[in-house]
Amino acid sequence: MIEDTLKLLLDNRIQVFSIIGSLMLFLFILRLVKRRKLKEEYSLLWLGFGFVFIVLSIFKPMLEIVASAVGILYAPAALLLMLVISVFFILIQFSIVISKLAEGNKNLIQEVGILKAELKKLKSLIKDKE
Amino acid sequence: MRERILIIIPAYNEEKNIRKVVQSLQDTNSGYECLVINDGSKDNTQREAEANGLATVIELPSNLGIGGAVQTGFKYALYQNYDYAIQFDGDGQHLASEIPKILSPLQHNDYDVCIGSRFIEKTLGFQSTFMRRIGIRIFEIMNILLIKKRITDSTSGFRAYNKQAIAFLANNYPTDYPEPETVILLGKNDFRIREVSVEMVERQGGESSISGLKSAHYMIKVILAMLMTSQRQKIRRISL
Repeated sequence: MIEDTLKLLLDNRIQVFSIIGSLMLFLFILRLVKRRKLKEEYSLLWLGFGFVFIVLSIFKPMLEIVASAVGILYAPAALLLMLVISVFFILIQFSIVISKLAEGNKNLIQEVGILKAELKKLKSLIKDKE
Repeated sequence: MRERILIIIPAYNEEKNIRKVVQSLQDTNSGYECLVINDGSKDNTQREAEANGLATVIELPSNLGIGGAVQTGFKYALYQNYDYAIQFDGDGQHLASEIPKILSPLQHNDYDVCIGSRFIEKTLGFQSTFMRRIGIRIFEIMNILLIKKRITDSTSGFRAYNKQAIAFLANNYPTDYPEPETVILLGKNDFRIREVSVEMVERQGGESSISGLKSAHYMIKVILAMLMTSQRQKIRRISL
């Protein structure tokens, strides 16, 4: 009985590995959000893809359907392809976020510069009056 | 009421020129108010700019690049309610005596923006290198195609803006190499642009922001930005 289970696991090493890997990813992201190291907004893509990986790893037939639909003979390779695609999406999201940050940063630098110059003027005006 | 004119002078590591530039502007017309934007310089630009006490100096806490620096000037002009803003390089290649030429089309209320050009007629002064003139010619063709206006000197940083243009650019100004892109941006948003012939001199010191391998990157980036800008929808203007 135990031997059978072990053999089954051994034969499906890649599946076991995929399930453990995607579960760990999912839990790791959740933990980051819980500890406020990652904003909810930016965790959504990660969690979404993590969930898809868990489902596809557990239900192998589903993965096989996906694989044959796009013409991939070895089903786990489809998982790899999806991994690459999801990393792409997340990186694009990063670029968007960075652009937004850069814009905000620029505006801040400009306003700080203007305020500093005006403060300097005010200070010298006060000094003159004294 | 007297018209208030702000001269926006972006400066990055211009310790050799900036004092002379401010001095020449004040000598030409003491009515001009000079605003130096020290774009996070690593040299003594700040001290030199403040030295003669003739200019307001804004010191940006970190380097933004020419676009971010000039835009700071537009924001200042908007907040302080200036009637006109003149963009004027801190390296001494523009001549203070030429300012009335680019300002008068605006004062007659015929135009919103006026660009000082080296190429409308063969002027005496500095005409740039051969390779650069090719690049500038490409921009000229793009201007005709994209906004149906003939602007011969898209890279010129010698420009005058009226109130409407100042308010618009304070909120919408490109960052890296802004001059050619701004021509498209303004044209696309129905600003009346005019070019007048001016003389320029070769830069007195400092280094050009574009040289060597950077040129290819510059051309590709600017052409992409011009195409993209021309495809964007019009930005709704705040009425003054």
